[in-house]
Amino acid sequence: MEVKVLKNILSANDRIAEKNRALLDENGVLALNIMASPGAGKTSIIMSTIKALNGEYGIGVIEGDIASSVDAEKVSREGIPAVQINTGGGCHLDANMISDSLPDLPLDKLDFIFIENVGNLICPASYALGDRRRIIIASIPEGDDKPIKYPIMFHDADLIVLNKVDLAPYVNFDRAAFRQAIKNLNDKTPIIEVSCTTGEGLDEWLTWLKAQKIK
Amino acid sequence: MHELAITQSMLDIVLGEAGKSGMDRVNRINLVVGELSGYVTDSIQFYFDFLAKDSIAEGAELCFILIEARARCRRCETDFKLPEFDWNCPQCGSGDIEITAGRELRVESIEAD
Repeated sequence: MEVKVLKNILSANDRIAEKNRALLDENGVLALNIMASPGAGKTSIIMSTIKALNGEYGIGVIEGDIASSVDAEKVSREGIPAVQINTGGGCHLDANMISDSLPDLPLDKLDFIFIENVGNLICPASYALGDRRRIIIASIPEGDDKPIKYPIMFHDADLIVLNKVDLAPYVNFDRAAFRQAIKNLNDKTPIIEVSCTTGEGLDEWLTWLKAQKIK
Repeated sequence: MHELAITQSMLDIVLGEAGKSGMDRVNRINLVVGELSGYVTDSIQFYFDFLAKDSIAEGAELCFILIEARARCRRCETDFKLPEFDWNCPQCGSGDIEITAGRELRVESIEAD
């Protein structure tokens, strides 16, 4: 006797992600899933954005880390509502964790929620959170071959931010090779070069971000 | 990656469906795993052998149906097999492609003798 099942094993996560997305849409909040290797600049880009926008938009942040509340504290000091998720060993955020965090944010007052995922270029790609935009932060010191090594992550990105361009004179990084590698995976994805340290490129990032706001 | 958690989820689905169908034994579980999904089938088998002990699925044969990665070009509609590095359309060269197969992870069916 054979019984057809046809059930997606990650369907439980997907169902919760759909609920998260519906709640965010209801409140006109755009959630961005910020993903990168550890140290590429996820927190830096969030902090630079908060400072540059200077209250012009309602921002909330969900921070994901294995341990510590260092990042959420940085954000809170700027007067921005922040929730810290400690996964205690989990290598990615999932929809359930986001679902538990959303009640702690003033959704009716927010335009954007930045979800800073756990530093990891592999696992977050498989877990829908309810976000509407996936941002990958790459960085100059990591090398130009990351798109080749992590194709799914880079293919799925709505935007790629190449951070730490101020370090380009000091390390080997072939920008043309990097851009071509991304084009080989998805030629529609914009790439914005920035330095959170010097401020270079941040205007272009902010212009892109503002254009994403849910009307 | 995460084979323990997904094997547990898979087993929960199997036992749920077996219960609904009134099975008292599950002999075979047919799983569809896409090549882009990142799951190692040997690891799924390993965790299944451990997790299914003392359940009606203990000892069930896991049959993996592997799905190759495929894509469709949004510009010229060509359907093609996704190679390892270059995901551009082999027909028109566009990088505006949609992955149509290879990311699956599902329980296709269960069997009882």
